[in-house]
Amino acid sequence: MTTVESSATTGTRRGPLTALLGGSRSRRIVWLLIGVFVLISAVRVISGEQELTSSQTFSAALLLAVPIALAALGGLFSERAGVVNIGLEGMMILGTWGAGWAGYQWGWGGAVLGGVAFGLAGGLLHAIATVTFGVDHVVSGVAINILAAGIVRFLSELFFIDNPAGGGAAQSPRLSSRPPEFSLPVLSSGPDLLGKIEAQHWFLISDLAGLLRGLTSGVGVLTVVAVLMIPGAYLLLWRTAFGLRLRSCGENPAAADSLGVPVYRMKYVAVLISGALAGLGGVFLVFVANIYREGQTGGRGFIGLAALIFGNWRPGGLAAGAGLFGYADGLQLRSRTAVVALLLLVAVLLAALAVHQGMKRRFLQAAIAAVFGAGALVGFIVIDELPPGIVFFTPHLTTLLVLSLASQRLRPPKADGLVYRRGEN
Amino acid sequence: MAAPGGAGGSPSAEASAADGTPYAVELRGITKRFPGVVANKDIELRVRRGEVHAIVGENGAGKSTLMKTLYGMHRPDEGTILLDGREVHFRSPADAIAAGIGMVHQHFMLADNFTVLENVVLGSEPTRRGRLDRAEARSRIVDISDRYSLGLRPDELVEDLGVGDRQRVEIAKVLYRGATTLILDEPTAVLVPQEVDELFSNLAELKREGLTVIFISHKLDEVRRVADSITVIRRGTTVGTADPRTTTTKQLAEMMVGSELPTPETRTSTVRPTVVLGVREISTLNAEGRAVVDRVSLTVREGEVVGVAGVEGNGQAELVDAIMGLRPLSGGEISLGGEDISHWSTRARRDGGIGFIPEDRHRQGMLLDAPLWENRILGHQTRPPAAKGPFIDRRAARTDTERIMREYDVRAPGADTLAVALSGGNQQKLIVGREMSAGPRVLIAAHPTRGVDVGAQAAIWELLKDARAEGMGIVLISADLDELIGLSDTLHVMLRGALVATLDPARVTPEELGGHMTGAATSAGAA
Amino acid sequence: MSVVRRIGLALLAPALAITVALVISAIVIALIGENPLDAFRVMTDLGDTPAQQVQSIVVILNRFVPLFLAGLAVSVAFRMGLFNIGVEGQYRLATILAAAVGAAVVLPGPLHLLLIVVVAVAVGALWAGIVGVLKVTRGVSEVISSIMLNFVALGLASYLLTGPLRGSEEGASVVTTTPIAESGWFPDLNGLLTGLGLAEPRSDLYGFLVVALIVGVLVAVLIKRTRFGFDLRATGMSPSAATASGVDARSMVVKTMLLSGAIAGLVGLPDLLGDTHQFGTEFTAGLGFLGIAVSLLGRNSPLGIAFAALLFAFLDRAALPLQFADIPSSVVTIIQGTIVLAVVIANEIARRLALRSAERAGASAATPPPLSGAGGDTPPDDGPGGGDQDRTGQPGQPQGAQA
Repeated sequence: MTTVESSATTGTRRGPLTALLGGSRSRRIVWLLIGVFVLISAVRVISGEQELTSSQTFSAALLLAVPIALAALGGLFSERAGVVNIGLEGMMILGTWGAGWAGYQWGWGGAVLGGVAFGLAGGLLHAIATVTFGVDHVVSGVAINILAAGIVRFLSELFFIDNPAGGGAAQSPRLSSRPPEFSLPVLSSGPDLLGKIEAQHWFLISDLAGLLRGLTSGVGVLTVVAVLMIPGAYLLLWRTAFGLRLRSCGENPAAADSLGVPVYRMKYVAVLISGALAGLGGVFLVFVANIYREGQTGGRGFIGLAALIFGNWRPGGLAAGAGLFGYADGLQLRSRTAVVALLLLVAVLLAALAVHQGMKRRFLQAAIAAVFGAGALVGFIVIDELPPGIVFFTPHLTTLLVLSLASQRLRPPKADGLVYRRGEN
Repeated sequence: MAAPGGAGGSPSAEASAADGTPYAVELRGITKRFPGVVANKDIELRVRRGEVHAIVGENGAGKSTLMKTLYGMHRPDEGTILLDGREVHFRSPADAIAAGIGMVHQHFMLADNFTVLENVVLGSEPTRRGRLDRAEARSRIVDISDRYSLGLRPDELVEDLGVGDRQRVEIAKVLYRGATTLILDEPTAVLVPQEVDELFSNLAELKREGLTVIFISHKLDEVRRVADSITVIRRGTTVGTADPRTTTTKQLAEMMVGSELPTPETRTSTVRPTVVLGVREISTLNAEGRAVVDRVSLTVREGEVVGVAGVEGNGQAELVDAIMGLRPLSGGEISLGGEDISHWSTRARRDGGIGFIPEDRHRQGMLLDAPLWENRILGHQTRPPAAKGPFIDRRAARTDTERIMREYDVRAPGADTLAVALSGGNQQKLIVGREMSAGPRVLIAAHPTRGVDVGAQAAIWELLKDARAEGMGIVLISADLDELIGLSDTLHVMLRGALVATLDPARVTPEELGGHMTGAATSAGAA
Repeated sequence: MSVVRRIGLALLAPALAITVALVISAIVIALIGENPLDAFRVMTDLGDTPAQQVQSIVVILNRFVPLFLAGLAVSVAFRMGLFNIGVEGQYRLATILAAAVGAAVVLPGPLHLLLIVVVAVAVGALWAGIVGVLKVTRGVSEVISSIMLNFVALGLASYLLTGPLRGSEEGASVVTTTPIAESGWFPDLNGLLTGLGLAEPRSDLYGFLVVALIVGVLVAVLIKRTRFGFDLRATGMSPSAATASGVDARSMVVKTMLLSGAIAGLVGLPDLLGDTHQFGTEFTAGLGFLGIAVSLLGRNSPLGIAFAALLFAFLDRAALPLQFADIPSSVVTIIQGTIVLAVVIANEIARRLALRSAERAGASAATPPPLSGAGGDTPPDDGPGGGDQDRTGQPGQPQGAQA
């Protein structure tokens, strides 16, 4: 459609969210986030749904965002090297099982190692199929998802039935130890200053307190490690020679090959890392429930993929996506009525989008946004509580909307999905 | 076959230049064979240090093979390579790079989403304590850019760069790796005149810094502007060297193209007055908005073969796509038998009577993994004998395929053979047979005998002539002068998207044709 | 290439995959201390008495029907080069809506059935059509959009089931839609079995088997023998050649997705119309992904898919006897999963072998071209300009100059 405009002007890479405003990119994003937060705060006051910004909600959001973010990070490494990884879900499943199996025997440390190892094995399968044998990436990913589900069921039947420690065909015995957590001394525990501010229900200030407290009380050490992996991934991929070479395999493997970059080897490494990270995401799911349970992943591998796309294949973007999806997930766990309040927020955002598109003379898109915005507003007024089925697919629907509206601005690695055979390309 | 004037016609036994210093690059007796063909035979090349040396020859003359040998991509069967007087053997491009040879490919190897800096240093990144040392990289690139006046901005995205800038990035890539001899493969093929000027000033800079440049091209006017010395290759052998100061473009063209052009047989004209295809002022744009077909007009009458000559890459492929409806027009009209078809779909155009022999048969002409009888159907799915109502008539298609195989001498085990199993010539014969069998009013034939053995080529020519005699109009796009002159009733020349000349094939001379094709006819100095 | 050779090559990949999967499963079974041969014996034991055997066959065939339909749905899209991973969501949504509509009316038998089928087909086609439209208008990858729509469909189905379309009372452990009246029940084929002299089975053999086979034949005819099918296959083989031959690529994408979704809508009907007569939380799940597996194993041809579906159905049935023999029944899922992975790898290997063998056959059949006309640049290597890989002329021959 109108791609000439974006490439002719500045050619900057814009995530779908930030495509709305002008100005410098990072400043835009900061303003946008602040704006959204203020809006949520306002919605809370209007609707009276305290759970929108309660520390428990944010705590849950963080817990649920991490597995998604890890899966997305796994996807980042793989796709930046040019290998599409639909099998993230399967690798995550393998990770949950590995964590459950190792965790009840050797505690949380074992769980981490087990989960990562199993996820890595899944990655190895994908790498062999796609890089060595040149199988289509999507087909291989789907095959691994099918295989993974079968394998974990089989292993559960093998190890968890008639197990004195507990468990059954669809779940493991409980983990023998939990990973350590901490809270900030004065602010989030003991005198709990932040908690006190939060309880005041003041506009914006209490919300902020809730946010801070949610992110700092009862936070697992491993959670912090996982969150740090995001800037870590950025440093690795954008600031080292290794990262440059890996990314070149996903942009133009023939050029990389001509300059001496070992393309096959890099793809292998990337896909293995991808599997390990997805497995780690599974580990976190097991920590949340303290047990391995079949079906635990609930499609989060795919949501991770969605977060990756939402984030335009960048660490910051996928973190935002994971945070968004985690927040929605956590909120609906705490209070389903609060989710309805989000509809008001959606209505406001869509209205703003409609105005923006109208100013850019894209009337069809403005009309669509306006219609959906009106629908969201009506929904807010009319609906008391969103049924669980509907809420369940909000991340997926959001991804679909983002893809449909912003497909032209998304910028996957240029050779993503390309089956690379040296000499043929 | 030596060129008049200029330094050294036939290969001599000098081991060094007139002033005694060894040649920067010397090739002696290089021969390279591939199964069934000798690509290079006894090539002699002498390049002095610090000079810009051009290697010219037409497509298929063997230039690229030669450069690949020099760059270490394959080893010559016979002959020696000497760099600065010392014999070298390259086992891979890495060896060549280590010896200071840098190749700037015709098709750029750049990652669009990366910056200039990232593209240049990839694979040889400077690091400091594990981290990519961007500052160091940046300063080195800026240094190179300033020294050779490349004008590069390290943090710019390659995607935002124009073609000329991208080429300079490729040059920077080889300079960054310490090249002292640069090979540029058809560097001006994708440039507009301004960018060509910029490139030439870059080459002057490189020369001033003492680097040696070898420059492959078929554009004689440009070569004469910038080269210090020219080696002409034709059909795999060195024809001679020339000094641009004393050799005219016409003489060069003659060396390249050979003075033996076939005289077309005198024949009665079969051209009828009815216009069957009218192309009026059509233009198409490429992704960057540049007109790759620039207001082209031509008419094809019944029984007429309209030939379009020109060096590849001047818009012929896009012209064909536009006529077939595979590419949208940005201006102008196309009419078939008086009807305006400018907005018709490809299928409608084919059904309306336009036949198509595509230039790239593997990509556009056939389904390689399908049997021949299914390939017979391709493009003609809507009508008998392939179709019977909404169904495919397998038996009729098979029978007809067998007929085509007989009449057009397609050699294959049977109609069930997979297309991929056939040789190029047989594949092409099938395509020609298929298109002719539909009885089109006008046939668009793009390089119809490319990669086809001489026997098949003659057969296809006869078929085209017979079809013409029956009233078919043909648009013939080709790089084979034989074919163009032998078949065309009217001959256009296409250069940079526009038709620059309309010639009479019966009377055109080789220099004239070559001159128009390479743009020399319009430049000064064509003595 | 002779017909025998061609069939052999086509069977190579699936045969290889199944063998590899069996070997791996045998190793796995051995590792857990059981005898692999015992396990295989148990799996292939259909029963002692004729009644038991017939029952086993019926179970297998009943499982075969939805698997076959799912495989067909996926294969139609695959042949055009599209991935319809959304079959799962398409059939679930189609089934619940068809069940609800079917339960809401009572019509004379055939009409009632027809209505249910039409609703299911329409919903499936529509849901898949969204994927196609998004692809051609917004350029959204059909892989991602169909996966996302799967979740939306599952969520919608779950919401509808526990909400507006709820048929069972509050507090029931299993939630279902209202049961369909008997006029909407598909007649079974037990009469056919007894007519053939076999014993009467305990379960009913789905009559929908006939419908499925008809659909299979229709799909085979459509793909192989109609103009539309030709266009579809051509686009899958070479989009550029298809476009040059006149195929409208965009409308092809949408039509193919509609067709694929329409077939997907049928996937839930065998169980709905022949067994449960209502949609509930316990309704058969996972058929969409198994359909992908079956399609890959069957190499996208209706006949191959039929055999693949039979195999998978056969393996599924073996789960219960295995449990009785104290072997983890999920060894079946391991076999199925391994088959899938092995078959995609084997398919790739077979494709390359076939290509090389065809090229060699062609090279020896035709006369070697010693002289050629105007050609591209460099021989075998990737010369610039044109994709033609053929040889150029022998230099020095009097063919006239090359431009």
